[in-house]
Amino acid sequence: MSAESPEPASADEQKEMEDKVISPEKAEEAKLKARYPHLGQKPGGSDFLRKRLQKGQKYFDSGDYNMAKAKMKNKQLPTAAPDKTEVTGDHIPTPQDLPQRKPSLVASKLAG
Amino acid sequence: KVQGASDIISTVEFNHSGELLATGDKGGRVVIFQQEQENKTQSHSRGEYNVYSTFQSHEPEFDYLKSLEIEEKINKIRWLPQKNAAQFLLSTNDKTIKLWKISERDKRPEGYNLKEEDGRYRDPTTVTTLRVPVFRPMDLMVEASPRRIFANAHTYHINSISINSDYETYLSADDLRINLWHLEITDRSFNIVDIKPANMEELTEVITAAEFHPNSCNTFVYSSSKGTIRLCDMRASALCDRHSKLFEEPEDPSNRSFFSEIISSISDVKFSHSGRYMMTRDYLSVKIWDLNMENRPVETYQVHEYLRSKLCSLYENDCIFDKFECCWNGSDSIVMTGSYNNFFRMFDRNTKRDITLEASRENNKPRTVLKPRKVCASGKRKKDEISVDSLDFNKKILHTAWHPKENIIAVATTNNLYIFQDKMN
Repeated sequence: MSAESPEPASADEQKEMEDKVISPEKAEEAKLKARYPHLGQKPGGSDFLRKRLQKGQKYFDSGDYNMAKAKMKNKQLPTAAPDKTEVTGDHIPTPQDLPQRKPSLVASKLAG
Repeated sequence: KVQGASDIISTVEFNHSGELLATGDKGGRVVIFQQEQENKTQSHSRGEYNVYSTFQSHEPEFDYLKSLEIEEKINKIRWLPQKNAAQFLLSTNDKTIKLWKISERDKRPEGYNLKEEDGRYRDPTTVTTLRVPVFRPMDLMVEASPRRIFANAHTYHINSISINSDYETYLSADDLRINLWHLEITDRSFNIVDIKPANMEELTEVITAAEFHPNSCNTFVYSSSKGTIRLCDMRASALCDRHSKLFEEPEDPSNRSFFSEIISSISDVKFSHSGRYMMTRDYLSVKIWDLNMENRPVETYQVHEYLRSKLCSLYENDCIFDKFECCWNGSDSIVMTGSYNNFFRMFDRNTKRDITLEASRENNKPRTVLKPRKVCASGKRKKDEISVDSLDFNKKILHTAWHPKENIIAVATTNNLYIFQDKMN
C-alpha cells in the first residue's frame, strides 16, 4: 500500500495560490485577466506604445466634407461661391472647415 | 465654472534665484509670479508671490499633412540664468520650443516735438519751440516677447527640455529622439539620440524624460518606459545611441506581473544640485541613484505603496499612466513628489523621515500650519486617517517645485497653485 499522501497540486498552481496570498500585484493581475481575458500577451508593449505615439491623430475625410457641403448648399441660397467648391474628387479642404479648438482668449485663473 | 479645462496647470518651475516662479497650463498660457522684496519690518514672513507677467506662449495647431492635432499645452518651462536686466525662459508644447524674453519697462519718453502724448502727430505748423524729450517714470509694465522659435524638429511629442551648463545649448527630447540645439540658431539642430526601430512593430521602449548634467556640459541622461536610465557622453560620439552608463535595478522575475513594466516606467528624472546623484520617479516610488553605481539605486522611497493592491482599477481608469514629477530641495537633503487626493510627499534623506501633506483650500487657510496626513491601507482606520478607497484619483499633484535656496515650495493641483513656506521663528 502506498504511503504517499494525496497528490499535491502541481508546482505552478501552488505557486499561483501562494502568489495571490503574497503579492497584491499578482492578485490585481488575476482580477484584470478575469475582466479582460483577451488582454494582450505583451503587457505595456507595442500596442500601448504605438497608441501613445499616435496621440492627436485626427482624420479628415474629403468625402464627408463634400457631402456636408452639398447638404449646406440645399439649405442656403447659393452665394457667389466660386466653382471650386463644387468640384468633387480633387477638392482641397479649407482650414476653417476642420474642427478647431477654441483659442485661449480667456485669461488664466491664476492671473486673475 | 466653464473655464476649467484650459486652466489645468501642466508645469511649474522656479528660476535660478527663486525670485520668479513660472507656470504653464493646458491652454498654452504662461503665468509668472514674482516674490515680493523682503519687507524689513515684516520679518516673520518672506515675500509673497504675486502675478508678474502672463502671456500666451503657444496656440493650438493642426498639422494638415499628418492629420495631427497639436495641443497648445505647455509641457515644460525651463529658465535661463539671468545675464542682463531681462529674464529668458524656454517653453515647449508637443512640437515647438520657444525662447521668451521677459523685460520690464518702468519709464517712458515724454515731450516729443512732433507727436502728442497719445501718439498722434502734431501739425508741424503749430510747433514753435523745440524741447528735448525726457524719460519719466511710469507704472511698471512687464512685456514678454518671443525671441526664438525652434520648430519642426520633432516627429513625436516633446516631453523634456533641458538647458546645458554651458548656457549656450539645450536638448529637447521626444518619445524616440533627442535633439541638441544652440539657443541662437533655430534652423538647425543635431540629433543626438535616436531609438526609433527600423520596423515600428519592434517598438518596445520610449524615452520618457531627459536632462543635462548640472556641471558637466558633455553629459546627459534619459529615462525610458521600461524603467532604465541611460547616461550619455557627447564626447564619445556624435550620435549617442550607445550609452556610457545604464542604470537599472534588477527585478525578481518571479514577481513579474502584467503591471510590472507599466509601473516601472520612469515619469521624471532630475539630477541633484551637486551632480553626484539623480532621482527617478516611477509610478509607486522615488529612487535615488549614485552616478557611480549602475546596478541599483542607493535609496528608494515608497510614495503610495498602498496603491499596489489597486492596480487593476488604476489601469482601467488610466491613472496608472499618470506622470508624476519629483524635485530636490536646494541642499539635496529632501526630495518631494506628488500623489493623489491632492497629497504630496516629502522624504528627508538624512533622517529617513517622511511626511504626507495636502494641498487644498478647504483644509488650509493662509498662514496655518499644514497638518500631516496618513493613508490607511487596510483594516481598521484610525481617526484622521483616510482610507485608500476614499482617495480622489482625479485630484492628482503631478507638478511640484522647490525654491533653489529657501524652503519655499510650489505645488500644483489640477487647477490651482499652492505656495508653501517654512514657518520662520
